[in-house]
Amino acid sequence: MSIFTKYEPLARSLAAVTNGGGRNPFSVVIDHPVSSTVGVIEGRETLLFGTNNYLGLSQSEAAIEAAIDTLRTHGVGTTGSRIANGTQGLHRQLEERIAAFFRRRHCMVFSTGYQANLGMISALAGKDDYLLLDADSHASIYDGSRLSQAQVIRFRHNDPEDLHKRLRRLDGTPGAKLIVVEGIYSMMGDVVPMAEFAAVKRETGAWLLADEAHSVGVMGEHGRGVAEACGVEDDVDFVVGTFSKSLGTVGGYCVSDQDGLDLIRLCSRPYMFTASLPPDVIAATMAALSELEQRPDLRHRLMDNARRLHAGLNAIGLRTGPQASPVVSVVLDEVGQAVQFWNRLLDLGVYVNLSLPPATPDQHPLLRTSVMATHDAAQIDQAIAIFATVARELGIGG
Amino acid sequence: MSETVADVSALIIQTLLANPKVPRDISGSSKIVEDLAFDSLAVMNFVMEIEDSLDVSVPLDRLADIRTIDDLANCIVSLKQGD
Repeated sequence: MSIFTKYEPLARSLAAVTNGGGRNPFSVVIDHPVSSTVGVIEGRETLLFGTNNYLGLSQSEAAIEAAIDTLRTHGVGTTGSRIANGTQGLHRQLEERIAAFFRRRHCMVFSTGYQANLGMISALAGKDDYLLLDADSHASIYDGSRLSQAQVIRFRHNDPEDLHKRLRRLDGTPGAKLIVVEGIYSMMGDVVPMAEFAAVKRETGAWLLADEAHSVGVMGEHGRGVAEACGVEDDVDFVVGTFSKSLGTVGGYCVSDQDGLDLIRLCSRPYMFTASLPPDVIAATMAALSELEQRPDLRHRLMDNARRLHAGLNAIGLRTGPQASPVVSVVLDEVGQAVQFWNRLLDLGVYVNLSLPPATPDQHPLLRTSVMATHDAAQIDQAIAIFATVARELGIGG
Repeated sequence: MSETVADVSALIIQTLLANPKVPRDISGSSKIVEDLAFDSLAVMNFVMEIEDSLDVSVPLDRLADIRTIDDLANCIVSLKQGD
């Protein structure tokens, strides 16, 4: 028996997706970017509507210049962990910048956003504690919960009352209770009712961690995310985020006013046992953060574009989530139909993400799009027109 | 009121049969993943329904040891008894 025998069902699922000559949707190659909104795929210029590059800052001139300058002065890598030789002055500087942006006392920077959730959740929740996770949590949150030794309880998606009920069942049990929610959920783009969750947290004495990966730079008057937009930042004990969405680079972080955060540096395995961020990434991230702070117009354009795409897709009879947010997903009924739709979109010059169950809520396949501040109206209209063409070909929508 | 394993098992089967995709001939010894063709998400969502019916929370780490409907019923009864 081969060591890969257990993956035969996976191989069959993949074959079902690629049968009939379709592409492998998980192996798309963007040969190179032309701009933040256009990339070359299969030799053709293709509109990018699935990159999470919400503010277009992956192509920021200021960030590129900062990275090049820093490469010349600092070299290409740190070759070490944060707790050994991998902390340079730049790492401390970045942590101070991120903490100041969030008006928090402390910040820890991780090498990826995935590791930030993995490292914080696994270290905060010990074996006598309880983790309360939204049912639609990102894989990094579930994986962090498995790495912790805590008891893990799911509550219904975006349902503070359901959370309250599950916390009540824990009345009288010893151990800390840590609630984990996301600002914007990555599959459907729906926004957390943060004020209501904050109220449950206050009432029950639990702790609250918010993963604002998709909402920082996107929501709130200063771009600090959903907690800022809802006016409940003081109730959120830990904010986790990523540099690889609105800031256009790579890396993750946690900010908090809790002095205990410094101890987490000595017990978070995903923080301790991996190499730290390279200097050029740090320089680019700080430059991108300055741009995010100085250009609120980017956030306004992003939300205008999100509304234009959301309304346009609904107008051609496609089903999306209820809220216009920078993630707009078209919900389809069958995997085969979604695969065909996705392939035709790419044939006609639009790249989106194909998301398949069980990674999606409610077992529905999704054509997941993400919008950018740097898309212009003509690009959005062109994408909607191509969606309409394919929907007609496949007899979907109205 | 305190439910027995048989009571809980019957309730689980009744809940499962409300889903038309579930085979009609399931019993307490049916394996949840293999016999019902549930993926990991479907298992967690179905357990959530049972939790609400019985006003109990089943921590996810307990699910790792559960293979059959009777295993789940045993786990729930022991949680309800304060184990």
